Amino acid sequence: MDEVAESLDALARHRLGGTKISGLTRLTAGASQEIWRFNVIANDGETPLILRRAPGGIRVSETAIGPEIEAALIQAAHAAGVPVPIVRWVLTEEDGLGRGYVMSCVDGETLGGRIARGETFAHARTVLAGQCGAALAATHRIDPDAFPTLKRLTPLEFVTQYLDAYRATEWPRPVFDLAFRWLLDRCPAPPESPRLVHGDFRNGNIMVGEDGLRAVLDWELAHVADPMEDLGWICANSWRFGVEAKPVGGFGLREDLWAGYEAAGGVKVDPDRALFWEVFGSLRWGVMCSGMFTSFRTTDPVVERAVIARRTSETEIDLLRLLAA
Amino acid sequence: MQDHPHPSEIIAAVARFLKDEVASQTTGRLSFQARVAANALEMMTRQLDTQPAAEAAELTSLKAMLSMDGDLATLNAELARRLGAGEIDLTVPGVADHLWATTLAKLAVDQPTYWGYRAALNERSDKQEP
Repeated sequence: MDEVAESLDALARHRLGGTKISGLTRLTAGASQEIWRFNVIANDGETPLILRRAPGGIRVSETAIGPEIEAALIQAAHAAGVPVPIVRWVLTEEDGLGRGYVMSCVDGETLGGRIARGETFAHARTVLAGQCGAALAATHRIDPDAFPTLKRLTPLEFVTQYLDAYRATEWPRPVFDLAFRWLLDRCPAPPESPRLVHGDFRNGNIMVGEDGLRAVLDWELAHVADPMEDLGWICANSWRFGVEAKPVGGFGLREDLWAGYEAAGGVKVDPDRALFWEVFGSLRWGVMCSGMFTSFRTTDPVVERAVIARRTSETEIDLLRLLAA
Repeated sequence: MQDHPHPSEIIAAVARFLKDEVASQTTGRLSFQARVAANALEMMTRQLDTQPAAEAAELTSLKAMLSMDGDLATLNAELARRLGAGEIDLTVPGVADHLWATTLAKLAVDQPTYWGYRAALNERSDKQEP
């Protein structure tokens, strides 16, 4: 922590218009990314900021786009009208903090259960689905050509990528095979105009205040694909936190999400296509959970990973309820 | 014959220790981790208590459905392959019931408090009412 504090002090002086920092706290212990909160002290007061970084030696996950592109994407999202933090500085080698970036600190809640059920967010829940639709419409306006390194994926390629990941686990899950068959039989044609999609837009990756949506976070899985993918993923069972009657993240209705999306300039929503991505969402999360077993057995044998691997069966029951009710 | 207490009893005692002594008398990350560890051990007691009967029933059901012999891993892989290839589907008698029974048995061990599991149990019992 001392090393990070020292480097941030220097960064505050040289790059952030301050004299030093205070209140350095580590917020998460992610496997590939660290998130820190600190204040920059300047003559005119203190400003809270967030450092997101992949320190030297820790590999950036293969599916993630890398912190520099992530920062550029957040800036492009801001320009497109998506509520996001303001990027203040993208780390360079001279900064001695690894790869990452510094951004403004947005106040609010990210814990999905509180957003779905907390009394504080009762009003927010009445407007949040529509705001999410508008934020996605703005996201889908970002020019994909400005991000040539992002993965381009047709629906079939995306499903096949997860089928391969499932097969690589070499552990039979008949419900997954049933679901992959269902998806492959209904796989939509590539969209006429692929869009830059967030890729992980769900309850848990949005910052919410009493007034509703404040910021869209975690852009590291962005890619260029079917825009309906983002509208289906946020409706997957796994993000409803027990509030089944509110399919959009446990806080809203699909109709409100779609209306917000269309009103903000998004293409007309195709409900069948959105349902396809919703079912794929449960399966995708299931494959992600089951992948925890691989890292548990090979690189990181900690209890938390074992327990997440055992949450795979949650998605199996979700899929059965969707396909075999 | 191994002596008693049974493994599930000893594991349950360790889980109680982690929850009542460690988690409650620590804070922050250590307290959280102790609770996660206790939950993992409780999962293991549920597995030790139910696995033999559940897997015997699963094996009998697989042999009948697939009309072939083999162990649990082989037959599950074959069921997965046939479902993935579309050689059998939910319209084949017994397939849906088998998937429901085996998945519910997994959840009873892994996540008995998961809301989707509770909802599925309610829906299944409603269906079986006359």
